Amino acid sequence: MKSSLTFQELILRLQKFWAERGCVLQQPYDVEVGAGTMAPETFLRVLGPKPYKVAYVQPSRRPADGRYGENPNRLYKHSQLQVILKPPPENVQELYLQSLTAIGIDLGKHDIKFEEDNWEAPTLGAWGIGWQVMLNGLEITQFTYFQQCGGVDLDPISAELTYGLERIAAFLQDADSIYDIIWTQDPQTGKTTTYGDVRLEEELQFSVYNFEAADVEKIRKHLELYEAECWSLISIPLRYVPKPESVMIYWDRFVTKDHQGHRINIPSGSCILNDLKPGKELTRHAALDLRAKTVKFSTAPDLSNPSETIPLYAGPLVFKTQPIGVLYAEKLVNARAPLPLPALDLCLKCSHLFNILDARGAISVTERVGVIARIRNLAVGLAKAYLAQQAEEASTPASVGTPA
Amino acid sequence: MADFLFEIGCEEIPARMIDEQETILGIRIAKLLRDHGLFPATATVPTFSTPRRLTVLARGIRASQPDTQERVIGPSLKVAYENGKPTPAAEAFAKKVGIEISRLEKISNPKGEYLGATIYKQGRRAVEVLSELLPKEIAALNWPKNMYWREGKPERFVRPIRWIVALLDGEIIPVEFAGIKAGDESRGHRLFVDEVKIGWAVAYQDTLKKAHVIVHRTERELKVRQALDAATHTMPGARWRDDKELLDIVANLTEWPSVILGGFDREFLSLPEQVLVTVMRDHQKYFAVEDATGKLLPHFLTVLNTEGDPEGLIRHGNERVLRARFNDARFFWNSDQKVPLKLRVEGLKYVTFQKDLGNYFEKSQRVRSLAGKQAAYLKASKRVVDDFALHEAAELCKTDLSTELVKEFPELQGIVGGLYAKHQNHSQTVADAIYDHYKPHSMEDSVPRTLEGAVLSIADKADTIGGMFALGLQPTGSKDPFPLRRQANGIVKTIAGHKLRINLNQLFADSRVTYKGSEAAKKFAPGEHEDALRAFLHERLEFYLRDVRGFAYDLVNAVLAAGQDDLVDALARVEALAGVRDSKDFEAISVSFKRVKNILRQARESKFVVGEEPIRALRQEDAERSLLDQVSQISTVVETHRKAGDYRSALTEISKIRPALDSFFDKVMVMVEGNRDLRANRLALLQKLLADFSTIADFSEIVIEKK
Repeated sequence: MKSSLTFQELILRLQKFWAERGCVLQQPYDVEVGAGTMAPETFLRVLGPKPYKVAYVQPSRRPADGRYGENPNRLYKHSQLQVILKPPPENVQELYLQSLTAIGIDLGKHDIKFEEDNWEAPTLGAWGIGWQVMLNGLEITQFTYFQQCGGVDLDPISAELTYGLERIAAFLQDADSIYDIIWTQDPQTGKTTTYGDVRLEEELQFSVYNFEAADVEKIRKHLELYEAECWSLISIPLRYVPKPESVMIYWDRFVTKDHQGHRINIPSGSCILNDLKPGKELTRHAALDLRAKTVKFSTAPDLSNPSETIPLYAGPLVFKTQPIGVLYAEKLVNARAPLPLPALDLCLKCSHLFNILDARGAISVTERVGVIARIRNLAVGLAKAYLAQQAEEASTPASVGTPA
Repeated sequence: MADFLFEIGCEEIPARMIDEQETILGIRIAKLLRDHGLFPATATVPTFSTPRRLTVLARGIRASQPDTQERVIGPSLKVAYENGKPTPAAEAFAKKVGIEISRLEKISNPKGEYLGATIYKQGRRAVEVLSELLPKEIAALNWPKNMYWREGKPERFVRPIRWIVALLDGEIIPVEFAGIKAGDESRGHRLFVDEVKIGWAVAYQDTLKKAHVIVHRTERELKVRQALDAATHTMPGARWRDDKELLDIVANLTEWPSVILGGFDREFLSLPEQVLVTVMRDHQKYFAVEDATGKLLPHFLTVLNTEGDPEGLIRHGNERVLRARFNDARFFWNSDQKVPLKLRVEGLKYVTFQKDLGNYFEKSQRVRSLAGKQAAYLKASKRVVDDFALHEAAELCKTDLSTELVKEFPELQGIVGGLYAKHQNHSQTVADAIYDHYKPHSMEDSVPRTLEGAVLSIADKADTIGGMFALGLQPTGSKDPFPLRRQANGIVKTIAGHKLRINLNQLFADSRVTYKGSEAAKKFAPGEHEDALRAFLHERLEFYLRDVRGFAYDLVNAVLAAGQDDLVDALARVEALAGVRDSKDFEAISVSFKRVKNILRQARESKFVVGEEPIRALRQEDAERSLLDQVSQISTVVETHRKAGDYRSALTEISKIRPALDSFFDKVMVMVEGNRDLRANRLALLQKLLADFSTIADFSEIVIEKK
């Protein structure tokens, strides 16, 4: 097709379009994600009451989708252009259609349909209602009205527009293979650079890595380390003192909220977890009585250095009585505030490592359910911590340090 | 008289939900109009719908409710006045009806004289009534999946509502919902016209047609059909594959449909037709095109939501997408061949069947053994089953779950396995059995074509049902996530279709044996799941005989009460029974059997002794002796017919007992006082009668209509 947009012009046009409609233009998030939704500009910004408008390109990695560069339609890493409109304006569909005009699609000459497609991401505790937008039989955009994120009901909701950039570029350029998409053309020399020139080798090498070379044991270890680190940033710090056969855990007095938002005082206390040996992973659930309520601890600390007292994270404190609520420290006696933003990075690392293990065929189906639940717990936990922090900021005018 | 138009304008509603909600809105609005005296009781309301709107247009409603007057009777005059002065009772009545005491009437009726009042009620204007009630009607629509869109989450709907039209003739009815005030402006097709003024309610259809919207859903479907015909006629001998389900979807995805014909490279036809059709139909919503012999042609038809494709851009785009999809399918097909099915058996250990029932490897082992057992029974009934093929098919039937093609197109599970088996030189019997083993998918679907396929399908489903019941996960109410009801219906239909002498009770007992010692068995809930399973199977059999085969419910109850394990037998019995039920003798017999049952029940309740065998020596009356003789004689003949499977003759024989039975009840008193032995003997006689003659059906279940 003559004078169709190059890949990078496509991105520039869409960015310009949405910038002109008041969006913050963000840069791609620099942690591996499977979709633009997982980046903090979506995952965290849709939480809470603050209006926000943002657009960004997000390279999205899905290890299992790699095809060694052999399949013309599938990629390990594709690019999404993600737009979040919070709250969604009334003419959001019209705005979206205008953005198609802006990239050179004459709507009068094409067939556009909005077909039901409700999006759901169990690992993020997120779902929404919406459509896949079909252009001449090609799905070019996922259009979602977010209803829940991080297990939290959203109010206001956000509209999320996710453009599949490679697909749209291939459509505009009438390319049968993604690798033939013209990425750019040098205005001086007229020389073209294709998508394949830029990315083919990357697809090949990452396919080899994800399917063959990734060291399963190390990745498992990394996943656990990231998970532990993530919990340590969002939950109540507990400490443990190792003994030969058991571990004493104790915690300082702290103030927190229960799932209904009521403030409760937790006095300092301690408990013993049995059957622990240095070097052994603590995976079993131990129940302890905390102020006459049963609380479940799910932990996995590194016990390789038993002589040192290290913070032992508790995971979410979960009341056994229904409905299940999650307790987070509002004010920590030992001064380390929850850090949901870095926690998200760590959670995303876990998610990506899980995807590699999955692509590698190293996760059994039973295990799979468990790991997904663990990552979901992180996502839900940090979303709640983030919200609590937002609420606290809103109520203390003198507060500093708006999360970036 | 006035015409009332009400349109809810919305962002694109999911196609699958539109028809039902259009109907519901029509019913609700008709009811609302009737309930408020605005519409005749029998009138219905025409409705319309597109992806962006639900509409009702009620012609000839009353502009106002009729005025009414009602006579209300109050307290009697005696109570109402004391010494000529109104009592508190009179005051209360006056207050209730809102009329001064002095202006109340006196009403005389046969019971006496009463205080009364005539209440005149002026009818409200339709506009007023509707303005108040329509918002509730919007909120009352119950969508399968709702969403919030406004801040504070004040209301939910299937998608955001963007406009409302509410007109009585030309007058706007003030209605507000979700922050939107109703007006007289609708919206046309997105690409052609934005806002369109509907000046007058009845102009609705025409006005929107000018705005490129066909609001009548059936009209759109017809237009699609005609356009499909027209596009296909460009190729001599070709026809599009009729597909009502797909038509329903595309009719509800478009406001202004048209059709274009596209093509694909002939070489893709080397892929199995099922794969090609699944890609076209399920993924792209294209209609397949075939030649006069039913062979797939390298063409497709797609329904557009626009006027046409003068530059061919839309066709080009769709062809491009389909090519990519077919390329993927071919890629998967080829790469799947690198690991043949038989090398995928071990890999099934990594695919979970159900979290507590283990993996698919374990499942196929169980299914193999269960199918083998059923095959053995069938051989005993002289059916020819290819054991070897059945065994092989059971081992391989789930292996396609690990193929790329099934991962891409899950709806092709089983079919892909069958195709691959054939391709990898397994026998036709093996391939067919695998191909069919998920069948029948519904009561409309056909059963597996071969005996081996039928046995495999039954064993696979029985394994799932048995396991789930053992875990205590039986379906409850509308909850049936594993479709166990559907699967049990499938078993029943397959058994009947192939006339298999498979004993249902035995089938599930065998299934329990296959679970023995497994990890899964440790998780089985203790308790009475066997009873629950039996009741569940009984329900499925009832459903099949009654709702699918159309037998009367009482006959179904009667034959199932006499035995439900052998479905083929139950079918033969119910057919025979249906043939004789209307005869006079049978009506009488079923009445007598009810009596017999009642007497025996009373005897049980009174703890009367029942003799083990009726003893001739103890008889007193002729009628008693004659009945005993007849029972013994007839039951021998009945038994012979029954064993030969000739239930019609057996039933005719049974009907011969009538004269003896009638005379017995005429002349003999069973519950004789004072002679316990005699009573015990007579009860024994009835017990024998019931036992001998209830092997085909429990006649007491038959309902005799009072004429």
